[in-house]
Amino acid sequence: MHVFRSSLLAVALLVTPALALASSAGQKHPEQLEWSFDGVLGKLDKPSVQRGLQVYKEVCAACHGLKRVPFRKLTDIGFSEAEAKAFAAEYTVTDGPNDEGEMFDRPGRLSDKFPSPYANDNAARSMNNGAMPPDLSLIIKARPDGANYVHALLVGYEDAPHDVTVPEGAYYNPYFPGGIIKMPPPISDGQVTYQNADTPTTKDQIARDVVNFLQWAAEPEMEERKRMGIKVMIFLAIMTGVFYATKKRIWSNLEH
Amino acid sequence: MTAPTIPQSPETKGSTAHPPEGGRRDFLILTAQAMGAVGAATLLWPFVDSMNPSADVLALASTEVDLTPIAEGQEIKVMWRGKPVFIRHRTAKNIEEAATADISGLRDPEPDSARHKEGKSQWLVMVGVCTHLGCVPLGNGAGDFDGWFCPCHGSHYDSSGRIMKGPAPKNLVVPPYEFVSDTKVKIG
Amino acid sequence: MAHAPLEEKPGVMGWLEYRLPIFGFAKGLVYDFPAPRNLNYFWNFGSIAGIMLVSQILTGLFLTMHYAANTAVAFDSVEHIMRDVNYGWLIRYMHAVGASMFFAVVFTHIFRGLYFGSYKRPREVVWWLGVVILLLMMATAFMGYVLPWGQMSFWGATVITNLFSAFPLVGEPIVTWLWGGFSVDNPTLNRFFALHFLLPFASLGVVGLHLIALHTHGSNNPTGIDVKGPQDQIPFHPYYTIKDFFGFGVFFLIFSAFVFFAPNYLGHPDNYIPADPLVTPAHIVPEWYFLPFYAILRAIVFDIPLWIVGVGVAGLTAMLRMPGCVRDLCKKCPFGILPVFGSFLPQKALSLKWTTILGGVAAVLIIAGLGGMVIESKLGGVLAMFGSILILFVIPWLDFSPVRSINYRPIMRWFFWVFVANAIMLGWLGSKPPEGIYPLLSLIGTIYYFGYFLVIMPVVARIEKPRPLPASISAAVLEKKHHDHAAH
Repeated sequence: MHVFRSSLLAVALLVTPALALASSAGQKHPEQLEWSFDGVLGKLDKPSVQRGLQVYKEVCAACHGLKRVPFRKLTDIGFSEAEAKAFAAEYTVTDGPNDEGEMFDRPGRLSDKFPSPYANDNAARSMNNGAMPPDLSLIIKARPDGANYVHALLVGYEDAPHDVTVPEGAYYNPYFPGGIIKMPPPISDGQVTYQNADTPTTKDQIARDVVNFLQWAAEPEMEERKRMGIKVMIFLAIMTGVFYATKKRIWSNLEH
Repeated sequence: MTAPTIPQSPETKGSTAHPPEGGRRDFLILTAQAMGAVGAATLLWPFVDSMNPSADVLALASTEVDLTPIAEGQEIKVMWRGKPVFIRHRTAKNIEEAATADISGLRDPEPDSARHKEGKSQWLVMVGVCTHLGCVPLGNGAGDFDGWFCPCHGSHYDSSGRIMKGPAPKNLVVPPYEFVSDTKVKIG
Repeated sequence: MAHAPLEEKPGVMGWLEYRLPIFGFAKGLVYDFPAPRNLNYFWNFGSIAGIMLVSQILTGLFLTMHYAANTAVAFDSVEHIMRDVNYGWLIRYMHAVGASMFFAVVFTHIFRGLYFGSYKRPREVVWWLGVVILLLMMATAFMGYVLPWGQMSFWGATVITNLFSAFPLVGEPIVTWLWGGFSVDNPTLNRFFALHFLLPFASLGVVGLHLIALHTHGSNNPTGIDVKGPQDQIPFHPYYTIKDFFGFGVFFLIFSAFVFFAPNYLGHPDNYIPADPLVTPAHIVPEWYFLPFYAILRAIVFDIPLWIVGVGVAGLTAMLRMPGCVRDLCKKCPFGILPVFGSFLPQKALSLKWTTILGGVAAVLIIAGLGGMVIESKLGGVLAMFGSILILFVIPWLDFSPVRSINYRPIMRWFFWVFVANAIMLGWLGSKPPEGIYPLLSLIGTIYYFGYFLVIMPVVARIEKPRPLPASISAAVLEKKHHDHAAH
C-alpha cells in the first residue's frame, strides 16, 4: 500500500513539469518525428548536420545569427581543421581597434564565432519591420519540443483559415504561437543543391537537416554527455547492487 | 580493515545487534569501499579539469602574425596569451653586432644564432616582459646597447635581447614560434 | 560535546586527538551513535539532503569560477561554461538538476516528519531549524534562478519582488530597496549573486544545529514510540552507514538519469532566451518546487473587507471572555464537531485588560472596514503564501496528539493522504494560467492546506481514538517479523 502511494506520488511529480510546458491555446502541436539524436543512445547524423550547415549558410544566415558557435567547433561534425579554417576564412569579421583606433575587417579565423547579419537588435528590427529574427545558437533548447517545433514551423506554412486576418507583411503558420509570423516561408523544394545528389532536397529533408544542425549548435556536448551517462549509470547500478548486497549481509542476523 | 565490533557506549551495551563475521562479508565490504572510492575519485576529475584553460582560451593560444608591414629597422608589439611580444625586423648593423658580440662575459650566455630561426636572422621574436620583475621594456634601440631598456629597474638588453646590464637574470624569452611562410609567423 | 581525552595516545593521531578531539567527536556523532533499529527508508532522506547541500556548494563554487554577474555578460558566461569550460556542461547541469533533486528530497523528508510526528516533543526545535533551512533553501533557489539572466530569470524575479509592494506604506520603498533601482536590473543581479553564494553556508550552519538538536534525544522511528532501552537500538555504524550508502546509490542513479539524459526536463525553455525587459513571456512559471506556493499566492483573487476581520476578532474576544458559557452552549448542540470546538477554549476567562485591547482592535478594524478599507487580494495572496510556510512553525502545538506516528492514527491517516494529494494538485495548478476553473480549485486547495493544520490537526487530536501502540520498538519489530512470516 505504501509502495503504491509512493509510486503514485512519483508519477504525479514527474508529470507536473511536462504539463507545465503545455503550449498555449490555439497553437498546433508539432508532429512527433524520430530524430537520430533522440534517446539514451542518440547520436548526431553528421552528414545531415553538415548539410544543415550549408542550409543555414545559404538560407538562414541572411537574417539569423549563430553567434555562440565558433568556427573551430566545426571539427566536431566531420570537418578537418584545414576545412574549418577555410570555411572561416570565407567570412569577414570586424576586429580592432587597430593602432589608429579604428575598427577593421579581416577574414575569419578558427577562434572567431559566426558573425551575425546585423550589428545589434535594433538594426535587426529596423530591417525586418519591427520583428527580431532570433539568433539560432540555442533555438532548439529555447522552444518546448524544440526539434519537432522547428521542423514543423519550417514546413508548416499554409493558407490562413477564413476567420483569421493576416496583416500586411506577415504570414500564417499554425505552429507559431498566435499563428501570425513575420518570417516568410524560408524553404521550398529544391531550394539548396546538396553535393550528394542522392539526398533529396524536399522541404522536409532540408528542414530535417537544418534541425540536426541546430541541435548540434545548441548542444554540442550531447554525444559526449550521453556516452558518459551510460558509463556512469552502469557503474552506479553495479555499485548500488554491491551496496545493497553488503547492506543485506550486515543486517542479516538482526531482526528488522 | 578488521570487522567492526559493537562499540560499548552506554546506550548500546547489552544490545543484541551484531553484524555477522565471515570472509564473504569482508569481500563485499572491500568491493563496496573500492567502488565508492573509485566513484569519488572519478567524480573529482571534472571539477579539477574545469579549472584548466577552457576551449576558447586554448583557441587563442597561438597567434599568426603577418610580417609584411614591418619595415627594416621597425618593430611591432603583438599580444600573445595575454602578454606583449616584440617582433623586430633587424637591420644588417643589428644582426652583425648581435652575431659578433662576445658572449663569454654575459650573465645569460647565448649565441645570437640560438635566438632566431635559421636563415631568418633579420627577424627577432621575443616576449616583451623583462625577466627581472615583469615590466615591458622600451624598444627601438633604447638603452646603452642599441636594443631594449626596462625603465622599472634599469635592465639593458642588446640587439639580440640579451641582458647586458641591470638586475634582470635572463635574456628576453624567445617564445615557441615557426614560419608558416616567408612572411608569416605562428607564435605558440 | 567534545571532551578532552584523559591521556595522550601514541602516534600522530593520538597527538592530534589529545589537542583537538576531532576523531572522537566524529566517532561519537556517526560511528557509535545509537539509532532505533526499525528505521525505514524514509529515514534515508536526511542524509541524502545533506549530500545534496554539499553537492550544490561544490558545483556552485566551480561555476562561480567562470560565471560573471553582470547583465551584459551573465547569459553569455553561462553559455561559455556550457560550451568552452572543460566539463562545464556537466557541472552546470549537476547544479541545475541538483536544485530540483534537493527540493524533492527535502519535501519527502518533510512529509516523513509530518507522517511520523517527528515534530512533536522533544523534537520541536529540530523541526523549527528544519523550517528555517527550508526558507533558506527557497531564498537561495529563487536568487540562483535569476543568475543565468534568461527570460524566466528576469520575469520571475520581477513578479516575485513586486509582491512586496503589496504591503501598505512600506511596500514600494521595500521593493525599490530590494531592486537597488526602479526595476530588476544589474544592481539586483549583483546582490542576488552575493547572497546566493552566502546563504548556502548559512544553511550549512543551521544544518549543524539541526543535527545537534536531533542528537539531543536521537531519531524518531516509524512506531513513534520512545526508545525504551538498548535492545531497541543499534549503532549507527555499520547498520545505517551502509543503508545510507545504498540510499545514495539509488538516489545518484535517479540524479544521473536526469543530468545525462534529460537535463532540461525539469526546467523551462524560456530561460534559454536572454532576458528582455520589453518582452514578457506568455506564461511566467517558477520552477516546479515553487508551484504549490505559487498556486496559493494566486488563489486569493478577492479583497478582504477589514470589517469582516474586525467581526472575527470581536467574536473571538467574546468567546475567550466567556469560555464557560460557550462550552456549555456547545455541549448542548447536537452537531458532533461543536463540543470539540468548545473543548479548545481555555478554562480561565480572558482578562479585562486584554478584552478591552482586543475589543478596541476589533472596533478599529470594523470602522475602517465600513469606511471601505480592505486587505487587497494582492496582499492577501502574499500573506497566504508566506503564511503557508510560517504555519509550519506552529505545528507542534496544533497537533497535540500524544501519538506520534500516523501509522496508529486511522482518522488522521485519511486526512494526511488527502493533504499529500492536495499538495500535488496545488503544484499542478501553479503551472496553469489563472483562467477557468483553476482559480477556484486553487482556492479549495489553499483552504484544505490551511484547514489541515488549523482545524484538522487539533480536532482530530482531540477526538481520535488511536490504535493501541506496541509495547516497545523491539516488540513492534518482532510483531512485524511474525506478521511477515505468517503472510508467506
